[in-house]
Amino acid sequence: MKPFAFVRAPSGPAALSAMASNSRASFVAGGTSVLDLMKIAVEEPDVLVDINALPLRSIERRGDVLLIGALARMSDVASDAGVRELFPMLASALEQSASPQLRNMASIGGNLMQRTRCPYFRDVATPCNKRSPGSGCGAIGGVNRSEAVLGTSSACIATHPSDLAVALRALDAVVHVTGSKGDRDIAFAEFYCLPSETPHVETTLARGELVSGLSVPLPAAGVRSAYVKARDRAECEFASASAAVELDMAGQTIRSARIALGGVATVPWRSPQAESALAGAAASCDAYERAARAAFAAARGFGGNDFKIELGRRTLVRALEMAASS
Amino acid sequence: MRQPLIGAPLDRVEGGEKVTGRTVFTADVVLPGMVHGVVVTSSVANGRIRSIDAKDALALPGMLGVMTHENAPRVNAGGSPPMPSLLFLLQNDAVQFDRQPVAVVVAETFEDATRGAELVRVAYDAIAPEMDLETAPAYVPEQIFGEPADRHRGDPRAAFSAAHVRLEQTYRTPTEHHNPLETHGTIAAWAGDRLTLYDSTQWAFGVRARMATVFGIEPELIHVIAPFVGGAFGSKGQPWSHVALAAMAAKMMDRPVKVLATRPQMFAWVGHRPQTEQKLSIGCSRDGRLQSVIHETTSETSAADDYVEPCGVFSRGLYAVPNYAMSHELRRLNISKPTYMRAPGEATGSFALESAMDELAYELGMDPLELRLRNYAQTDPDSGKPYTSKALRECYRLAAERFDWKRRNPEPRSTRDGRLLTGLGMATASGGSFRSHADVRIRMHADGTVVVSTGTIEQGTGSPTAYAQIAAEILGVPYERVRFEFGDTSLPYAPLAAGSQTSSSVGSAVTVAAQRLRERLAESGGRVPPDGIEINVEEKPRPEEDDYAQASFGAHFVEVAVDPDLGSVRVMRFVAAFGAGRIINAKLAESQFLGGIVWGISMALFEETRFDLRTGRIMNANLADYLVPTNGDIPPVEIIMAEEDDQHVNPAHVKGIGEVAMTGSAAAVANAVYHATGVRVRDLPITAEKLLGGARR
Repeated sequence: MKPFAFVRAPSGPAALSAMASNSRASFVAGGTSVLDLMKIAVEEPDVLVDINALPLRSIERRGDVLLIGALARMSDVASDAGVRELFPMLASALEQSASPQLRNMASIGGNLMQRTRCPYFRDVATPCNKRSPGSGCGAIGGVNRSEAVLGTSSACIATHPSDLAVALRALDAVVHVTGSKGDRDIAFAEFYCLPSETPHVETTLARGELVSGLSVPLPAAGVRSAYVKARDRAECEFASASAAVELDMAGQTIRSARIALGGVATVPWRSPQAESALAGAAASCDAYERAARAAFAAARGFGGNDFKIELGRRTLVRALEMAASS
Repeated sequence: MRQPLIGAPLDRVEGGEKVTGRTVFTADVVLPGMVHGVVVTSSVANGRIRSIDAKDALALPGMLGVMTHENAPRVNAGGSPPMPSLLFLLQNDAVQFDRQPVAVVVAETFEDATRGAELVRVAYDAIAPEMDLETAPAYVPEQIFGEPADRHRGDPRAAFSAAHVRLEQTYRTPTEHHNPLETHGTIAAWAGDRLTLYDSTQWAFGVRARMATVFGIEPELIHVIAPFVGGAFGSKGQPWSHVALAAMAAKMMDRPVKVLATRPQMFAWVGHRPQTEQKLSIGCSRDGRLQSVIHETTSETSAADDYVEPCGVFSRGLYAVPNYAMSHELRRLNISKPTYMRAPGEATGSFALESAMDELAYELGMDPLELRLRNYAQTDPDSGKPYTSKALRECYRLAAERFDWKRRNPEPRSTRDGRLLTGLGMATASGGSFRSHADVRIRMHADGTVVVSTGTIEQGTGSPTAYAQIAAEILGVPYERVRFEFGDTSLPYAPLAAGSQTSSSVGSAVTVAAQRLRERLAESGGRVPPDGIEINVEEKPRPEEDDYAQASFGAHFVEVAVDPDLGSVRVMRFVAAFGAGRIINAKLAESQFLGGIVWGISMALFEETRFDLRTGRIMNANLADYLVPTNGDIPPVEIIMAEEDDQHVNPAHVKGIGEVAMTGSAAAVANAVYHATGVRVRDLPITAEKLLGGARR
């Protein structure tokens, strides 16, 4: 591992100025992501700015949103009574993530910022446009079982790995950001960037900005939700496909749906096509299948991951069934 | 009355130390003046090293040197053209597989050496590697495990053609890596021309012999110490390149050097189970009597050896079939050397044969258990000899009853539990039993304490506990007064701890030694002289043991639940029974059986080393991406040990228990998946994409 300096930031301004003083500095909270990437030489920061002392760990209801501090641990959020009552889908997505040990360490802000599990991204001996712009994409034509089928480009097909971000994408969360130029809010829809020709640019955060927390709008009364995750083993495994679904129903009619997909796309993937297929429809297998087909109409496989198109559809159908019957 | 010690489920003697982190493994050993070597591995799978630039590495503080093919001591790496070396010891510029050792960076600390290894820049003249098992040139090896690679009895082709019911299918198993919890590691220290090696190995004496050849010195000059070994499963059966590289670096730096394999390097030069493609042609009468079995195996091997995955050893003796043939063919790929992995040939061969038997049972409309009983081999069909013992019929009965096999609806895809399809499957297990020459020294001191000494190793199976039980039982002394000394070439000779042979070999030597000591005590009226009594035994297989066939057997019964929409498989229950001769310690034996079953589930559902076929690069060389089961993937497992009073097998009356449970277990899972879904998966692992097509509700 490349030697690095370690700086404990006592406050937000101190963290931002430590970050601003070195162009190769990185924030660290739980460390489950950045330390892992440093050990395999994918990230080689000169300075790690430890932000754990910042007062960003609370989880509280404020007005019509739930505010989650960026330093709340995944396990804090998953076990929070308010989260479990208001957003069971969010708790479920967290509980199906990683392992208990990792959830105890990993922060919510870090979860949003985690990098792909693409094996080419993680192996510095192979080409990867995300890690090393211009070097090519090893996954296209290579081992690509875990890669994305939605939102891909000729430069990158890497899957976004987070479960939490998929649930937040469905819930229209807002990311709170602080930086040397002040604070700002970024809608979840605007937070992640499609790879297109610049897969190394993953979010709309400016250099040196820090995620301080996020707000999740409180749900309308009576909405039903589910998070379904398909994976290769029972625990400690990333999604082959996942679906976060929230349904607003009047009797057996779906008034509106919010649908996001994970494990199958380069970013946490909202599907307005599936949502409009369901709006006003009677809750039925036919409607779910129609929505699933719409969600994956533009999907493209790369050989090893072709199965994700069918698996993704079925995962979404399952999530819709579970939400409707919850 | 005293409870018998043999069979007692005693806790392992080192258990307390192990769970509190006090057990010393090779990586824990620190020698005065010791420095650290980290291996740099190739990033291409075929070609030549053009240049190595170690400038930046050497500029780091604490750096002692970088050993490459340009400055490494000349040694005997084995092999001759067209195989430049059997070990990869920096003797030339050839690169034959992904992650081949190309340099060793030596520094005062492990961290500095690791950083230095990252900074060594190697340029290659790369050639497209041969990676395709289908198209690589094939050849027939001369031998497998010292026997002909092909053999037959009767007229299998004619009998197959004449059979009323014929099944021809091809089964595939992928490359798999052992990944014991403790990675490989060696510490080498020279004193003049004497070499001391601490090594995580299954065979201290094998390391000594091989290193004597590599360095051209007498074996007696080499002292190998093998502290507790944290799992091996065949991967530590031979000394790999890092053992010699540590000694070469120690010579070059004139300091003791420790070299540890990292987890990604566990996929590099330390062996793996090769992928196989197995064609089975089975001819059978309408009433389910096997007429002919033809088992043709193709497996991968490396550019540097002729390792054969001997799948035929499972099929040749399992069922009473008059006409039989096995053959083995190799394809040379740009991969690291394959090697033995728990139940070599038998784990892979049993997946093919026991899947095919299941297919045949459906073809015949016969219960899969009944088909096996109808072809039960009372004597060994391969050698014609009687078995020393064989409780397989009892295993089938006991496990089927406990599992309630008779509830099975013979129709596939007939049973549901809510959304899930459930299915039941079974398979036979069989593992050869062997023994080899093993020596033991036993000493009784005047205070009545006993020390049993032999150079075998302890890899987690519980040898120190089991052998103390044998000695204490025979001598009639309290178990706590017997100590077992092991893991050192200065102790009496012991064979390779593999092939499920250690209890048969070392256990027999301990038995004979303790019996002789008991006789000596009887002669002296039970008195121990002040300087104690010492007995030395050289125990070898006896000619009369060859009048019999020796094998352990068992039966697996599995229930799975398959989510037909998502293609996910969950094993719900596993019941297995084994007949493996005398059980020395029921708790340790159960652990062995349990481990084999967990690994069988893993083989069925998870394990697969994935190569980029364009470059030969392994793309899942870590335990996040190379899947093994979590606790959530393993159901309750019930183990039944069928009683066998084996008077013929060896003086310890024991048969192999380390591998038998690994055989048949993957097939039993696959058979249960077929019963649940009606989808037959013939290529492992059984992942979602293989079930999605047919599994829809």
